[in-house]
Amino acid sequence: MIVNRKKLNFLERLYVPAVIGGFKITIRHFFKKKVTMQYPEEKWVVPEGYRGAPYLVKDQQGRTKCVSCQLCEFVCPPKAIQITPPGPGGLPEAGNVEKGPREFEINMLRCIFCGLCQEVCPEEAIFLMKDYSLNGKSREELIHNKEKLLAMGGVHNDKIQKWKTKADEARQQGL
Amino acid sequence: MSTNAKIETPPTPAPVEKIKVKVDGREVEVPKTMPDGVTGKPVPTTMIQACHAIKVEVPHYCYHPRLPVAGNCRMCLVEFGTPAMGPDRKPILNPDGTAKILKSPRPAIACATPISPGMEIYTNTPNVRFMREGILEFLLINHPLDCPICDQAGECKLQEYSVDHGQTSSRFAEIKVHKPKRVDLGPRIILDDERCILCTRCIRFTRDVVGDDALGIVNRGSYNTITAYPGKPFDNNYSLNTVDLCPVGALTSKDFRFQMRVWFLKETKSLCTSCGTGCNVVVGSREDRMFRYKPRENDSVNATWMCDHGRLNYRWIHNPERLVQVTVRNGAAATVSDWKSAMPQLAARLKSAAPGTVAVIGSARQTTEELFLLAKLARHFQAVTDSVPRTGPADHLLLNADRNPNSTGAVFTGLAATPMGSNLGKIAEGIRSGRIKTLIVFGEDVTRHGIGADLLARLDLLVASDILPNATTKLAHFVLPGCAHVEKRGTFVNVKGHVQKFMKAIEPKGDARAEVEFLKELLPTVTGWTAPRSLEGLFNQMAGEIPALQGVTWAALGDTGVRVQI
Repeated sequence: MIVNRKKLNFLERLYVPAVIGGFKITIRHFFKKKVTMQYPEEKWVVPEGYRGAPYLVKDQQGRTKCVSCQLCEFVCPPKAIQITPPGPGGLPEAGNVEKGPREFEINMLRCIFCGLCQEVCPEEAIFLMKDYSLNGKSREELIHNKEKLLAMGGVHNDKIQKWKTKADEARQQGL
Repeated sequence: MSTNAKIETPPTPAPVEKIKVKVDGREVEVPKTMPDGVTGKPVPTTMIQACHAIKVEVPHYCYHPRLPVAGNCRMCLVEFGTPAMGPDRKPILNPDGTAKILKSPRPAIACATPISPGMEIYTNTPNVRFMREGILEFLLINHPLDCPICDQAGECKLQEYSVDHGQTSSRFAEIKVHKPKRVDLGPRIILDDERCILCTRCIRFTRDVVGDDALGIVNRGSYNTITAYPGKPFDNNYSLNTVDLCPVGALTSKDFRFQMRVWFLKETKSLCTSCGTGCNVVVGSREDRMFRYKPRENDSVNATWMCDHGRLNYRWIHNPERLVQVTVRNGAAATVSDWKSAMPQLAARLKSAAPGTVAVIGSARQTTEELFLLAKLARHFQAVTDSVPRTGPADHLLLNADRNPNSTGAVFTGLAATPMGSNLGKIAEGIRSGRIKTLIVFGEDVTRHGIGADLLARLDLLVASDILPNATTKLAHFVLPGCAHVEKRGTFVNVKGHVQKFMKAIEPKGDARAEVEFLKELLPTVTGWTAPRSLEGLFNQMAGEIPALQGVTWAALGDTGVRVQI
């Protein structure tokens, strides 16, 4: 297809009307509400449902909620998650849950914030929080390990507490 | 592919009367009797076998083709009908001439109901689907649903059938019955009683296949619990098969427990190397780490079982002390080398060896192809050759007294003396007298088999290839790091003459290479004979040269191998 380029007329070739038009827009903005945020002095309030960095959480009893089922590792599209299962002994501190991650690493250089890990988690142990400003001085720093993920995730106030319920029921039945 | 009289075909069973039945409207002809899974005696063919013959899947938990039928899970309930008979004992016909079918008012379990001529089996009627849904609802009443922490998740029949035939939610509002968890059944097994669906496969296996009546059910009703005989650990050499048999995650292997989720494991067809039986296995590996062996079905070798001894004998593959570097030693100083510079040196040294001054010891743990190439090398030097016999106590099922996986292959290739090991003394004597100046050792520590370090020190040239360091590799002038069987391809010939191949599951460590590869590099310079490039070609060439393997081809081996006469 041939696009015919129209020759500019005299007025257009002067460029003065265009410059004036530009100034008009600039001046109009002087009297508008300011939208620029003074980051980092001023912090952005993240909307509900925002998908930031994924962190691990503990339950009210202080147990790491993750049971190392590795579904998030499986579903993670960029393969950012690497979980080391506890091995034959399980995790003694996990109590009746038996299992938990020996190590849990999320490579934030790979993470694409898709939220599939949170969606697939059968234990509600991983959540995409509101952290958007992730930085570090080295690549290693941005591979979040279990300790860091738990520290940032904090405690999740779980309503169901299925493992506690199971333990209580078993105790009532004399086991 | 040419077939040869030497390849043994299984004896053709006596012709059995065939019966025609219909499965979901499709006619299928099946034998009236089939051999029993445990005893092998002919027993009436059941509906589930007829369905299996026409590839119609009937879901089941307690039924297993290799176990006695129990019929307790009720999952395989199907509807069926039989031809209506008149008072003259002749089938009543429909107006269109077909036999009139009387549909049974009640369903029947497909695993235990024998078929009869003209029977019609319906596996997909609304009633059957409704029954399956009901059975699954019952099974899940007291099931803990702890799939996230259950090792069976991903290969669990309860999960699979729940998705295929179950309901999406539970109507059960009461508190579930809790049972013991983490029960230590024996040295290799942990039992989770809550997950058990009481199919009794484990009980039947250990009682009827192994002959160790160790497991049973105690308590009544919903308190039914699988347990081992009090005070007696469940520790027979086949206990881990119950973990494979368990359709749910009740029986778990202590070795594999919480190691890796099964959906990550790459499955590679391989062989067990712990004895001469050569059980067919599936290697489960992820990211070049091996996690487990599982038995693979092969009726002419191991049925569907394998022993715990073989199953747990894999840790050496990931031994941190593995030989991973080519080492060349001159005098006392050993230097790390690489294949590119070491191989020409070795070839030159070997080329100058005079015929008659060389001895070759190849392990019966090497593949047949490797032994064949070693035998080629040995023949060039008119060398004295042998392998090391390795024996241990045998048992009544699979474990063989011959603990080498490829003794027969060593005999076929001519590398092993008759009887195996009888030339080791001659080689020691030859070194002592100074007649043997060059020794090539593959996969054995000869210092433990009569050729001590003092004798090895007298040699002009000692070439050793192995997987793990030992006293022989410490003294060798050339150390060539080899591969474990899961890191290469090849064939083994078992004690009965079953030629079987195995595939590569993981990459070798460091500089280690498959023995076939570097032997193929060495042979042209030393002997002037060039081996075929591919392993398939090498196998076919070998089969052509070895009388016992006449007519066998790599392609013909398939997944389950070929039986030859020994």
